[in-house]
Amino acid sequence: MSEMNGNHTSTGLRLKIGLAEMLKGGVIMDVMNVEQARIAEEAGAVAVMALERVPAMIRAEGGVARMASPKLIKEIMAAVTIPVMAKARIGHFAEAQVLQHLGVDFIDESEVLTPADEAHHIDKHAFTTPFVCGARNLGEALRRIAEGAAMIRTKGEAGTGDVVHAVQHMRQITKELRQLTVAREEELYHLAKEHGAPYELVRMVAKTGKLPVPNFSAGGIATPADAALMMQLGAETVFVGSGIFMKERATPLDVENDAKEREEAVSRARAIVIATTHFNDAKIVAEASEQVTGTMKGLAAAAIEERDQLQTRGW
Amino acid sequence: MMTEKPTCIGVLAIQGDSDAHAAAFAGLGIATKPVKTASELAQVTSLVLPGGESTAMLRLLRRDGLDIALRDFVHTRPVLATCAGCILLAREVCNPHQESFAALDISIERNAYGRQNDSAILPVETTLPGGPMEAVFIRAPRILKTGAKVETLATRDGYPVLVREGKILAATFHPELSDDRRVHEAFLEMLRES
Repeated sequence: MSEMNGNHTSTGLRLKIGLAEMLKGGVIMDVMNVEQARIAEEAGAVAVMALERVPAMIRAEGGVARMASPKLIKEIMAAVTIPVMAKARIGHFAEAQVLQHLGVDFIDESEVLTPADEAHHIDKHAFTTPFVCGARNLGEALRRIAEGAAMIRTKGEAGTGDVVHAVQHMRQITKELRQLTVAREEELYHLAKEHGAPYELVRMVAKTGKLPVPNFSAGGIATPADAALMMQLGAETVFVGSGIFMKERATPLDVENDAKEREEAVSRARAIVIATTHFNDAKIVAEASEQVTGTMKGLAAAAIEERDQLQTRGW
Repeated sequence: MMTEKPTCIGVLAIQGDSDAHAAAFAGLGIATKPVKTASELAQVTSLVLPGGESTAMLRLLRRDGLDIALRDFVHTRPVLATCAGCILLAREVCNPHQESFAALDISIERNAYGRQNDSAILPVETTLPGGPMEAVFIRAPRILKTGAKVETLATRDGYPVLVREGKILAATFHPELSDDRRVHEAFLEMLRES
C-alpha cells in the first residue's frame, strides 16, 4: 500500500480521491427520476445517487434489490451537471463494469442492494471509476480502502430515517482512529490483526490520525439537525437517501404532479444543504429547520430485527 | 500609503476542497481563515475560491447577503480561484449557462472534457519559472476565450488553464492537490505587489 503514501499515491487513486475531495461539505442525494435529480441540483446537492427505489422502499417492498436500469441512469446523467453516482451490489463486479461503461462518476458498492457475493467485495483497483463503500468500524473501512475504495461512508441503517446507527458507526471509526494514534509502534501489528486490516494501512492511519480517503456519513440522516450532528461528529459530507423524497414509509412525494409535494421536497433538500455547510452554527441550522415542511415518517432502527438490518451485509 | 489591517487570506469554505488550500498555504507557513458568511468575509483581505461544485456553491452563496458581499469582494480584492472557483469568477459560463460574478474576462465551459473517467493528471506548459507543471484536472472546465487584459500563464492543448487578470489568479485545475506550490506562491507574490 506504499502507493497511498502522500506523493507516491498512484495517479488513478489520486484522481478518484480528488473527486471525493470536491464533494466535501456537501450533500449527496438519492434520486429515483429526472425530476428529483433536478430538484436536488437546484437545492445545492453536490451529487446525486441514481436509484430505482430508495432504501425505505426496498425495505418495505422486499425482493432482490439490484443496480438501477442503465436507461434511468443515463436519463439522470443527461438531466444534471453535477456528478452522478449509482449503486452496485456487494461483490457484483459485472454491475460495476456496466456502471463504469455508462460513465457514472462514482460507484457505491452498497449494502442497500442485495449482496451478490458472500465472501468477496469488488476489486476496486481494477476500475478507473472511483468507489465509495460503507463501513461500521475502522477495520471495515481499511479493508475497503485496501480494495481500492476512494471514499468511505458510515453504513448507518439505510431507509429508516433513524440516525442512531450512523452516529454509532462514526463514533466507532473516530474512536478507533484516536486509539491508533497513541498506540506504540510494536502494538500496531497486534492492532492490525484485531482490526482485520493491512498493517501498512494501520501504520499510516496511526501516524495521520485520519483515514487516507474522505470520510462521509450515510444511513438514516433525515433532517437538517441530523446532518449537522454527523458533520460535528467528523463526517466530511452527508448522503441523504430516503429523507428528502419520501412521504410515508414506502410512498415517495409526488414531485412530478403535485406542486405542494414538490415544494415540500425542495424545502427539505435546501434545508439539509444549508445545515450541512453551517453545521457549527445552531442559529443557521435552526433557520434551515424552520423552512422544512413535513419530514419522513421513519422507522425506529431499534425495532428492526438483526437479520433485517442492511448494515450487517458486507464485512 | 494608508495603513490597512494586516493581510489575511480567507478560504471560502461553504463547499469543496477548502481544506486542501488551507493545507497548501500552511505548508508555506501562511495561516488562512475559513469563510462561510458575509461577516467572516469582512475579516479577510484576500480570498481563495476552492474547487467543488459550482452549482452547489451558487445556491449556498444566496443566503444572508454573502453573494452580494462576495461580488463586491472579487471585483476589488486579490482572489485565487481553482476549478469551480474559476467558473464563479468568469464573465460567461456555458454548458449550461449559469450566473457568475463576471470579475474575470473569460468565457468558460463546464465539464468540458467529459465525466470523472475523463479526469486526468497531466504536465502542462507554464510561463511560471521552473518548467512544466503537474496539473490535476477533475471534471474540469475549459477556458474558451480570454479578454485582452487576461494573461495566460499555462496551457493544455492550446487552451489556457492558468490565467491572471489584475488581482485575480485562476486555474481550471487543482494546484492544491499537487505538491508543486508555484501557483500558491505566485498568489502570495501578487499579495506582496498589491
